[in-house]
Amino acid sequence: MTATAIEHGHEHDHAADDHHHTGEVDLPTYQEYTRRNRLGMWLFFASEAFLFLALLVTRFYLWRGPHGEVVRPELDQFAGLVVTAVLLLSSYFMNRAEVSIANDKRTDFLASLLITAALGTAFLIGVVVWEWGMFPSIVKGHLKPTDGVFGAVVFGMTGMHALHVLSGVVLILNVWWLGRKGHFSSERHWGVEACAIYWHYVDLVWIFFYPAIYLIGSTIEVPH
Amino acid sequence: MSLFTLGIARGLVGQVLGMVIGMLLTCAVRILLGWEAWAAEPAWTVGAVCSIIGFLLGVGSLDDWLKWTKGIPTPMHHGPPVDKPAWTRYFSVDYNHKVIGVQYTVWGILLLMVGGTVAMIFRTELARSGLQFLGLDLYNSFIGMHGMIMIFAILLGVGGMGNYLVPLMIGAEDMAFPRLNALGFWFNVPGSILLLLSLFVGGWDAGWTAYPPLSARGPIGYQLFFLGVFAIGLSSIVGSLNLLVTILRMRPAGMSLFRMPIFCWAVFATSLLQLTATQLIGTSFLMVSVQRAIGMGFFDPRGILGEVSPMVGGGDPVLFQHLFWFYSHPAVYIFVLPGLGIVSELLPVFSRKPLFGYKWIALSSLAIGIVGFIVWGHHMFVSGYNDILRIPFMYATLLVAIPTGVKFFSWLGTIWGGKIHFDTPMLFVLGAISVFLIGGLTGPILATVPTDFPLHDSYFVVGHFHATMFGGFVFPFFAALYYWFPKVTGRMYNETLGKIHFFIMTPAFWVQTLGQMGVGVMGMRRRIADYDPTLGAGQIESWQLAVTIAGFAIAFGVMLMLWNFFQNAEVGVAAGDNPWRSRSPEWQIPSPIPEHSFPAPLRVVGEPYDYGLADSGYVTTASPGDD
Repeated sequence: MTATAIEHGHEHDHAADDHHHTGEVDLPTYQEYTRRNRLGMWLFFASEAFLFLALLVTRFYLWRGPHGEVVRPELDQFAGLVVTAVLLLSSYFMNRAEVSIANDKRTDFLASLLITAALGTAFLIGVVVWEWGMFPSIVKGHLKPTDGVFGAVVFGMTGMHALHVLSGVVLILNVWWLGRKGHFSSERHWGVEACAIYWHYVDLVWIFFYPAIYLIGSTIEVPH
Repeated sequence: MSLFTLGIARGLVGQVLGMVIGMLLTCAVRILLGWEAWAAEPAWTVGAVCSIIGFLLGVGSLDDWLKWTKGIPTPMHHGPPVDKPAWTRYFSVDYNHKVIGVQYTVWGILLLMVGGTVAMIFRTELARSGLQFLGLDLYNSFIGMHGMIMIFAILLGVGGMGNYLVPLMIGAEDMAFPRLNALGFWFNVPGSILLLLSLFVGGWDAGWTAYPPLSARGPIGYQLFFLGVFAIGLSSIVGSLNLLVTILRMRPAGMSLFRMPIFCWAVFATSLLQLTATQLIGTSFLMVSVQRAIGMGFFDPRGILGEVSPMVGGGDPVLFQHLFWFYSHPAVYIFVLPGLGIVSELLPVFSRKPLFGYKWIALSSLAIGIVGFIVWGHHMFVSGYNDILRIPFMYATLLVAIPTGVKFFSWLGTIWGGKIHFDTPMLFVLGAISVFLIGGLTGPILATVPTDFPLHDSYFVVGHFHATMFGGFVFPFFAALYYWFPKVTGRMYNETLGKIHFFIMTPAFWVQTLGQMGVGVMGMRRRIADYDPTLGAGQIESWQLAVTIAGFAIAFGVMLMLWNFFQNAEVGVAAGDNPWRSRSPEWQIPSPIPEHSFPAPLRVVGEPYDYGLADSGYVTTASPGDD
């Protein structure tokens, strides 16, 4: 998955130039490569949508009360709200980074990327430390993965999402590092765009996951 | 030249190293956590994950991307490696779609042979009642192995045909993402190795469907099996993504979607299914995997409230079946649609007539794909899910017969009144139609709830399934191998041997599939190592023997084909550029195809299937000024 993103991320920043010396065939323009990359990226999102959809289906299939009603376990609502806000905010800065490089504002571009990565990391820490309770000495979590379907689905959904956030943060830092070395221009920055739409996509997934985990259904006591 | 100039050798070393490193890592973490250092299941699981990465790093499939992360440009190298013999490119990472297509196909045929050998072994066991030489666990592992290896082989065959043919048919220089294309192939190698390795760590005795709760309690082999499937699934996803972008964005001017060679439509429909549905088998297997590894109880029915009834918080094994079949039913359309595309592609060439109802065939592929998404529940008629679900799933399944029927009638319309040439590829196409008809006609019987009940989980299903797979994939795939062999190698295969292969394999397959259905009606259950010899008024043993003999005859036919290809690939009679007088773009260029397939961009000057229309062509590489 990360490999796909990286293929789309960087290939053709160089491709159009590097291919010229082969000379035998007319190579497509950078714009054409970007169109292909963009389509590939969206198809990749379509594919991933089915993964997240499967997890949502699992949640609504398994979280049922004694009379078949939709239920949810009691989680830390404050933690959920904070990490959601942090993630939504990060998408603003990701967008700011993309607009900045398109307008050749390099300093803003780099700063926005760093802020996005920091917010993404904050989201990860929020989930892993606060909600999961991976470090019980700091915060004690509400559920364990072994707590029936409640633990399984909470950890399954947030875990799969966190994995995507983590790969997004790695991608952003990679783009930031390349940007600092002078890669990307206002004309040619498919790598930044790919990274940005990937980040927005991961954000969008959370917009569906957050209510499914935290808001929908009546709460049910989960004994440990 | 040392062995390690071959990418695959480095990859295998990487896989072993990855496995060892993964195991050591697991031990280290366990020691840090204060647990006992060695635990077999986590060690093998983490080891297997690392072994896939190790293989990809070793073979060099990730090199370019790793360079991109450092901002190093990676110019695309065309042609064979400069400092090594040309043949080594087939054993290493190469970005030319024609090389990758051959890699897919050859690896697919190898797996086909492994899967076939496994089938021979347990067919021999089944030839007589009683247990002769296979234990129950090994029998179960073998039928599961036959199923999954064959699925891998078919996916590889589909990938091979798609990768080799689609860019040629639409006149594209290569696939849209050549690096991703290579990665798509190389995922398969560590994946299939893990699958074979799993036999040595207990196998997976609940079969290829891996239903929990059995798979959640089965041997460690299941973890390797899941990871093997992940690797093949990733290959499916990146491969189909690549084909979709190629078809949508790289057609030459004038080649509208309804002017593509029809095979591209089949690949398009297949790729849509592969791109999306594959995620579901991955998700369902991942859930079983984490249930085994850390006790996340997705499919564990024990509730969390103890003895309170009804249970609250308990998992549901039926959910697994929903998720699993949401992929695994569309998967059979992934297997057969390209094959049916080959049938539609070859019939006009050998009948010298236009393809009957081009748009209908094109859209029927898409229709089968779309309907294929809403029929998964017919695998679960007896699973104990909500009764009311059976009715919509029954009707949706019967609906599949309509676009499939469209294809059949269009094939008949194409052959009707044609000047038919019975060369080996055409024979296999006709064989495919006859065999797929058997599979197609037995479909509605199994799709209808009342007739499914007595036949569910019987050998009748096995007969039906093999008829669809042989008619939809194996026969067309063999037709494609014979048909494009002269294009790939520039040499002609031996026509007599090809015909012998056909006339052995086709009747043998009829005996096999009808025999399987017959023993099923007699009461033979599927996936059972032994049977009651008094079934079918004592006739069942002779039927089983006939099926076994037919199976061996098919294997003999396949060996004949491979020997034929092996003999003629280098030294056969030169085939010429267009021995079949096809209008398709790949036949308008030299055989074997040069490194850059087309000397100039294609121009579409006519319809793809106007066979018999004098002085007409489909494409030309000449520039407009030359006319």
